[in-house]
Amino acid sequence: MTPPEIPLIELEGITKTFGRGEAAFQALKGVDMRIERGDFVAVMGPSGSGKSTTMNILGCLDVPTSGIFRFRGVEVQALDRDQRSLLRRRYLGFVFQGFNLLARTSAVENVELPLLYRGEKKSERHAAAMRALDQVGLAPWADHTPAELSGGQQQRVAIARALVTQPDVLLADEPTGNLDTERSIEIMQLLTRLNGEGITILMVTHEEEMAAFANTIVRFRDGLVERVERGRRTRREEPA
Amino acid sequence: MFGATLLLAFREIRRHLLRSFLTTLGIIIGVAAVITMVTLGNGVTASIKDQISSLGSNVLIVFPVQGDRGRPRPFKQADVDAVSRQIAGVVDVSGSVSSSVTAFHNGQSWRTTVQGVGNDFLRARSVEVESGRAFTNEEESAGKNMCLIGPKVQKAIFVAGSSPLGENIRLNNVSCTVIAVLKERGEGGGPDQDSDNVVMVPLKMAQRRFTGSDDIQYFVIKYDSAYASTAIQDSLVGLLRERRLLQGAATNDFNIVDTAQVNQALGAATGALTAMVAVIAGISLLVGGIGIMNIMLVSVTERTREIGIRLAIGALAREVQLQFLTEAVVLCCFGGAVGIALAFILSWGMASAIDVPFIFNPVVNVMSFLFSALMGITFGYYPARRASKLDPIDALRHE
Ligand SMILES: Nc1ncnc2c1ncn2[C@@H]1O[C@H](COP(=O)(O)OP(=O)(O)OP(=O)(O)O)[C@@H](O)[C@H]1O
Ligand SMILES: [Mg+2]
Repeated sequence: MTPPEIPLIELEGITKTFGRGEAAFQALKGVDMRIERGDFVAVMGPSGSGKSTTMNILGCLDVPTSGIFRFRGVEVQALDRDQRSLLRRRYLGFVFQGFNLLARTSAVENVELPLLYRGEKKSERHAAAMRALDQVGLAPWADHTPAELSGGQQQRVAIARALVTQPDVLLADEPTGNLDTERSIEIMQLLTRLNGEGITILMVTHEEEMAAFANTIVRFRDGLVERVERGRRTRREEPA
Repeated sequence: MFGATLLLAFREIRRHLLRSFLTTLGIIIGVAAVITMVTLGNGVTASIKDQISSLGSNVLIVFPVQGDRGRPRPFKQADVDAVSRQIAGVVDVSGSVSSSVTAFHNGQSWRTTVQGVGNDFLRARSVEVESGRAFTNEEESAGKNMCLIGPKVQKAIFVAGSSPLGENIRLNNVSCTVIAVLKERGEGGGPDQDSDNVVMVPLKMAQRRFTGSDDIQYFVIKYDSAYASTAIQDSLVGLLRERRLLQGAATNDFNIVDTAQVNQALGAATGALTAMVAVIAGISLLVGGIGIMNIMLVSVTERTREIGIRLAIGALAREVQLQFLTEAVVLCCFGGAVGIALAFILSWGMASAIDVPFIFNPVVNVMSFLFSALMGITFGYYPARRASKLDPIDALRHE
């Protein structure tokens, strides 16, 4: 276990520059951030302010140009590609902006995928995937391919896939971006419940209504953290 | 993990069945060509070997050819006798003449070849009788009207089931008593076209009644296997040059053929043919391999998002690489298997069409299959490497 004084996630002076020379563009200009275990964080800010870039770094998909990113006390920017893959595999669940499910592949097989790379046996993979689908209320749709599911259902499959490995942290980049309000609230309720079960959640959203489910709101502007609002959860999970 | 990767590869191929088939066509053709040619080559070689051994081993055939002074000069019986007397190691020697005739019996007629031979000829060429007997020495030296008929002649002019032995047949207008039916030897068998469609009579009788001269068209020599073929040939050349008054630089106006040399020559010919086919098959396989590489690159591009997803949820670069490599190998093995099946059908069909034995060669089949797998590794490596090098974020953004 990580000693309690070490935060789960720590960013210090993170910068990210895309391109070189004339075309170089600094998307992050020195981001500092601390996220404690068990928090539910909403990341907000105008388009182009660097939210996705930050999420990709937090998700160990990308490395900062400079600065320090500590995850459970480990300096991630010093790790190589495969080591970051192993970190993702072990601790992180990622829900992408555009669902990003494998086409022509059933829901349950999509959910099984991360377990495949963990080397788990077929029967265990299947059982765990079914449990995760059940958690998001999609067990009856297990054999449907993404094309046969609604947007909300696809997003829930994506969440099940992120959950199936029982990650410490769930990262979600605009998980409700493509959904109507009703579906979005369903997803938020699901995330709130998962947070209640002990999973730390980081979520990018444009909607104050969805951010209201979070405990902490981090506001971005022009590649910098403008403001952090803590302990302001206004909405609770409502029994369905 | 590997089982799942393999399953995935099969699924991906099934998803694009037609494309997979077309992609592997080069490999299919290459593998099929190699195996078919090797199998047929083996069959042809075996059948030639069979025919050569039916010619008899340690056998030389001597025939006149054009020398420095115009037309070929035929041999005479005196030459044959001289060879028999003067060359050490000669076991059997016999001259031969042949002529086209029509054989008649009981109103049936049949075009065949009458061949004048001695008993030595039958031994040297290992001609065996199915029923009846060979000539007696007396019949041979007197040139009696006796004959040994080939199985095809029997079939053509005798009623099935009746024994031809002791019956008289007519060759053109010469009457002749059948004393034997020859054993079937199959196609070929020497300078005469068909050794089953022949009527053998004593040499003297053939010369008297059919060729009308005491010329000998060629003669065969069987020598003791303790003697080297070259030694026999050398003394033969010396003797014949002397007898034919060839001096100094005059070229030999006769040829000596050793059946073993024919064997070697045929072997060399089939070897050259095999080499040529190997080159063609190699080109076909190379083209096929490039086709595989191309389609794998297309596949990597098509599935960029899938690769991104896999990398993002924690797949290692080498796992993605393994997946695409497995796919290429499975694809190539699939091509190899189809090629082997095709080769089996082709070589079996062609072997029976050209009447050579079908000899299944397990080594070539296994090697071809392994080679296909190797092609998958070779030509799948670069696309797989490229897939594994993709940046997950870029790959996820790919449309
Ligand atoms: N790969 C890249 N190459 C060049 N510029 C990039 C790249 N990725 C992001 N950027 C730029 O960095 C800035 C921040 O992008 P980012 O995607 O983080 O914004 P965001 O806050 O997520 O916006 P949105 O709300 O629209 O998703 C943008 O100006 C974007 O154009
Ligand atoms: Mg974004």
